[in-house]
Amino acid sequence: MAYSEKVIDHYQNPRNIGTLDKEAKTVGTGLVGAPECGDVMRLQIDVDEATGIIKDAKFKTFGCGSAIASSSLATEWLKGKSVDAAMEIDNMDIVEELALPPVKIHCSVLAEDAIKMAINDYRLKQGLEPITDDKKHY
Amino acid sequence: MEFPIYLDNNSTTPMDPRVLEAMLPYFNEKFGNAASRNHSFGWTAEEAVDYAREQVARLVGSTSKEIIFTSGATEANNLAIKGAYEMYGSRGNHIITVSTEHKAVLDACKNIEKKGGSVTYLTPNEDGLINLSDLEAAITDKTILITVMYGNNEIGVVQDIKGISAIAKKNGILFHSDATQAAGKIPVDVMADGIDLMSFTAHKMYGPKGVGALYVRRKNPRVKVTSQMDGGGHERGMRSGTLNVPGIVGFGKACELCQNEMADEAARLSVLRDKLEKELLTIEEAYVNGNVAHRLPHVANISFKFVEGEGLMMGTKDIAVSSGSACTSASLEPSYVLKSLGLDDELAHSSLRFGLGRFTTDEEVDFAINHVKEAVHKLREMSPLWEMFKEGIDLKTIEWAEH
Repeated sequence: MAYSEKVIDHYQNPRNIGTLDKEAKTVGTGLVGAPECGDVMRLQIDVDEATGIIKDAKFKTFGCGSAIASSSLATEWLKGKSVDAAMEIDNMDIVEELALPPVKIHCSVLAEDAIKMAINDYRLKQGLEPITDDKKHY
Repeated sequence: MEFPIYLDNNSTTPMDPRVLEAMLPYFNEKFGNAASRNHSFGWTAEEAVDYAREQVARLVGSTSKEIIFTSGATEANNLAIKGAYEMYGSRGNHIITVSTEHKAVLDACKNIEKKGGSVTYLTPNEDGLINLSDLEAAITDKTILITVMYGNNEIGVVQDIKGISAIAKKNGILFHSDATQAAGKIPVDVMADGIDLMSFTAHKMYGPKGVGALYVRRKNPRVKVTSQMDGGGHERGMRSGTLNVPGIVGFGKACELCQNEMADEAARLSVLRDKLEKELLTIEEAYVNGNVAHRLPHVANISFKFVEGEGLMMGTKDIAVSSGSACTSASLEPSYVLKSLGLDDELAHSSLRFGLGRFTTDEEVDFAINHVKEAVHKLREMSPLWEMFKEGIDLKTIEWAEH
């Protein structure tokens, strides 16, 4: 399978690999996927409580090159965004940016799910209601 | 060294230059149709086919009259299974096979089930070998064929062929073996091994793609299969179609070379394979898949836990190997062979298959060892599962938020 240059770049030079303290009140963690599917992504955000801006994001992924690139790209996009703006990140944005083929679209969906889960985890810690997402994934 | 280094000889092999040389005259010099009985172009082609047929037969311990040329092992498997089912329909309609067979066998069996036949798919042990007692227990008075592959294409496991054929013989059932990975690599002898029908192909033994053979026993018992390709009655009425003369000549030459060089090659490659395996097993949480004692000498299938196979292959782009990972199969399902062995998901998605070959050098294996070690290390740094494992978390206790 031919990977796009961007996917290869994210794989060779992944951005923001690492772990944040999941117990911290400012950290939201999203863990999505399952080993039996061959894809597990863990995405974490560290939010500035005062401004609601994501000041740091880290990821670790068990999955193919496209899964790694999708989650790496997600952390790049999250840094500096407000939590509300981050909620708007759509998987098709990731597909376009990385030129993912149809068979790899599910990797971008997983990344979007991870972002939303991390945000909701943060919201719960802050005593807020989680945001449910009725969007259909094609 | 040329990159990427080819270590996927189970998938196909480069053609030996001596095979290519043997084939060339038959393209535009001696280009006759082997079935043209009336002129020297035909006679020359026929002679070349006869000679190649001898070479092929000799490799597997049969006689030339028992070799039917096909377009490859997939066709040979189809011919054996569907052909035997149709030929022996009056005796019964039950076939026994194994869940780890190649798709060419499994899909032909599915086709039989659609036609109203019944098929039992035996499950192997964790090491890939089937229990002979399971085989005996599956036999019914309607069983007409047992089909078990000689050497497995993914994990290299070699079944107890003699044990299986003894059971088949005792019960008067035909025994077919898909010997695609074994022929030309280890001694395969249809007489000594008691095989009635056997598939194999040229492109796994440094010959051309597009040509293979089905061995069909003529004595004790005399076996026939109903042709699946009609039109002219070639190959004793079992497989019609103009013979691929250059391909067959190449196949013959490839068989002859294997016959002469197989023993030395197997000895050399098993040393290299063992070295590769031993070094890669020094990596923490690395596991060999399949029985290590009963195995093809040039194959190693290793899982690197907590690292995904396609991601690993992307990180090892200087070697060409294959993976049992879901991402690399069109269906997003992990290797059915590895799943049949009962492998956990973290292992089934994490395997690399190495197939060494005639042209693999020591230097290439040394390079591969370091290359794989580096890639596994890098991916483990990126893996949340590895981190959790290191923290002592039992992954089986986690509730995964799948979608």
